[in-house]
Amino acid sequence: MSGMLAGAWRFRFFITSSIRTELRINFVRSRLGGLWMILNPLAQVVIFAFVLSAVLSARLPGIHNRYAYAIYLMSGTLGWSLFADIVSRCLTLFIDNGNILKKLVFPRIALPLIVAGSALVNNALLFLAVAVIFGILGHAPGSAACLLPLLMAVTVALALGLGLALGVLNVFMRDIGQVVPVVLQFVYWFTPVVYMVDIIPVQYRPWLFLNPLIPIVTAYQNVLLYDRAPDWHGLASSSAIALALLALSLVLFRKAGPDIVDQL
Amino acid sequence: MSGELHLTNLGKAYRQWGGELRRIASWFHPSVRPLAEHWVLRDVSLSIAPGEAVGVIGQNGAGKSTLLKLITGTTQPTCGQVRVQGRVAAILELGMGFNPDFTGRQNAFHSAGLMGYGQDEIGRAMPDIESFADIGAYFDQPLRTYSSGMQMRVAFSVATAFRPDLLIVDEALSVGDSYFQHKSFDRIRRFKEQGVSIMFVTHGMGDVRSLCDRVILLDRGRMLKDGPPDEVVDFYHAMIAEKENAQPGIEQKRARNGWLLTRSGTGEARVSSLQLLDRDGNELAVAQVGQAVELRLTATIHADLPRLVLGYMIRDKQGHVVWGTNTWHTKQMQDNLRRGETVEFRLPFTCTLGPGSYSVSPALVSTDTHLVDNYEWVDNLLVFDVLNVSHPTFIGTTWLDAEFSIARRIQESVQ
Repeated sequence: MSGMLAGAWRFRFFITSSIRTELRINFVRSRLGGLWMILNPLAQVVIFAFVLSAVLSARLPGIHNRYAYAIYLMSGTLGWSLFADIVSRCLTLFIDNGNILKKLVFPRIALPLIVAGSALVNNALLFLAVAVIFGILGHAPGSAACLLPLLMAVTVALALGLGLALGVLNVFMRDIGQVVPVVLQFVYWFTPVVYMVDIIPVQYRPWLFLNPLIPIVTAYQNVLLYDRAPDWHGLASSSAIALALLALSLVLFRKAGPDIVDQL
Repeated sequence: MSGELHLTNLGKAYRQWGGELRRIASWFHPSVRPLAEHWVLRDVSLSIAPGEAVGVIGQNGAGKSTLLKLITGTTQPTCGQVRVQGRVAAILELGMGFNPDFTGRQNAFHSAGLMGYGQDEIGRAMPDIESFADIGAYFDQPLRTYSSGMQMRVAFSVATAFRPDLLIVDEALSVGDSYFQHKSFDRIRRFKEQGVSIMFVTHGMGDVRSLCDRVILLDRGRMLKDGPPDEVVDFYHAMIAEKENAQPGIEQKRARNGWLLTRSGTGEARVSSLQLLDRDGNELAVAQVGQAVELRLTATIHADLPRLVLGYMIRDKQGHVVWGTNTWHTKQMQDNLRRGETVEFRLPFTCTLGPGSYSVSPALVSTDTHLVDNYEWVDNLLVFDVLNVSHPTFIGTTWLDAEFSIARRIQESVQ
């Protein structure tokens, strides 16, 4: 473990330069450059806000802003996009980097760190854009927004844990790479990003604890829309699941390490 | 600090599990065994001393690249041990992680970062990288505007920008145009002079002879030979010929004067004598520059043969071919030979070789190559020395009929 961290520290220049590179790739040869990184999730927000606001906006108690539903959507999307971004990139992390894994020696931990780093930068930019839009809509984020880094950390840990475990298995069973995007779609709709939790029929509520994303996404909404502290219990259980998944993926990677290179 | 390498009983097997679940189970329980193992490398033990340069040769699929990957550490050995001392730099492939949309300089930074260097170190090495790549203003242009040779120039100069203790190279020496090849070869040679241990895979036998202290021959995952370059390279060539002819039996012995005799072939025709004679028919061990001499070879036929071709190769002490041809090219093939026949070949020529030691390698074959039928091929069967007695001193392997003509003029000053 300490060897891993020492390796990451030794390769810190490579990690930061890779993150810069990944961001810069989005800029080169496109007119809007970096804007595309935030335009995509925002376009989704616009679509949902346009289609669903009439149906769902009545269900936000205690908020008297007429754009409340759009704000609700953006808060959840901020958390979800960080999660989905990291999971889907970790899924093909080893396959995409097969050539350098086969030909170069470097601390393997650099790869997930690069993914997490560039996803975080993307997400931070998205947050800035969202904050500006909130301001325009007349709903500046309150003091609870200070908790955002904590929520991001839990989201990153959960996404990395899940994504890396799937990424290792995907090297050997490529079906996983095909299935996971579909499953992610399901998870998206089983998570209250576009709707509110209280829409879910009561008899299914006991099962919601199975989805560790629910506490995270609702925490984003609590912090950004309602300006109140998140549900610490739910967040703690999500963090526990995240740590367990991280440990699992570390074990998997340790065991599968030699096989990964041979298989690629 | 100098690099050292020790391999003991190194082996690598690729395993077949007959199902991925079985493989995954094997990570967690040792009792789950693979269905089949395919060994690509087995029982390789060797050491490289500080400052030693070792070449690895062998046919495709012999396990050369696997060996280098095991030493580098990208692949884990199935059994055995790799011990390395010092900083290892491996050039298994050039241009790893290059991005076509970034400039040569940005890519050089990124690529050196991937080797584990920090920003300051890379920044300090950057002028050297730029000047060695020698691509002018292109260095700050996007990589996609480069020719492939220019990309390789940048890649090679990054990969060798930092002096390692042990350098591992996989066929990366033949990049770019001949000027750059020369330059990169020179850099490797300079590393060697600085005491860097080198291990490299190559198919260029010239590289092997001029750079290596030792050569290792791999064949089907096993180490067949480990010895001085000329011995192993000649054995390798004989082995390829044997393979084509499916006849076992390669004989090697080293003469007292250091030349190594390698004999291979089916033996359907054999060289029974080979002599170097002067014009009067006296046998020579030493020829003089400009002397009229003759090579006389007698071949005995041990089986009925449709066709016989004799080829000669004269090589210098470094193994470079000075001259060679065969009776196919001169259109003097002999047809329908009977068993028991003898054939005498005479080759008179003027010895225009430079002073030094030379060897003659004859080959009895059926066409212009020994890969179809190799009756007998003998490397360095005859060795002779050339002395310069009657001509002014010159160097090189060839005597040219060249004379200076010198004219001097005094510029008359105008009053």
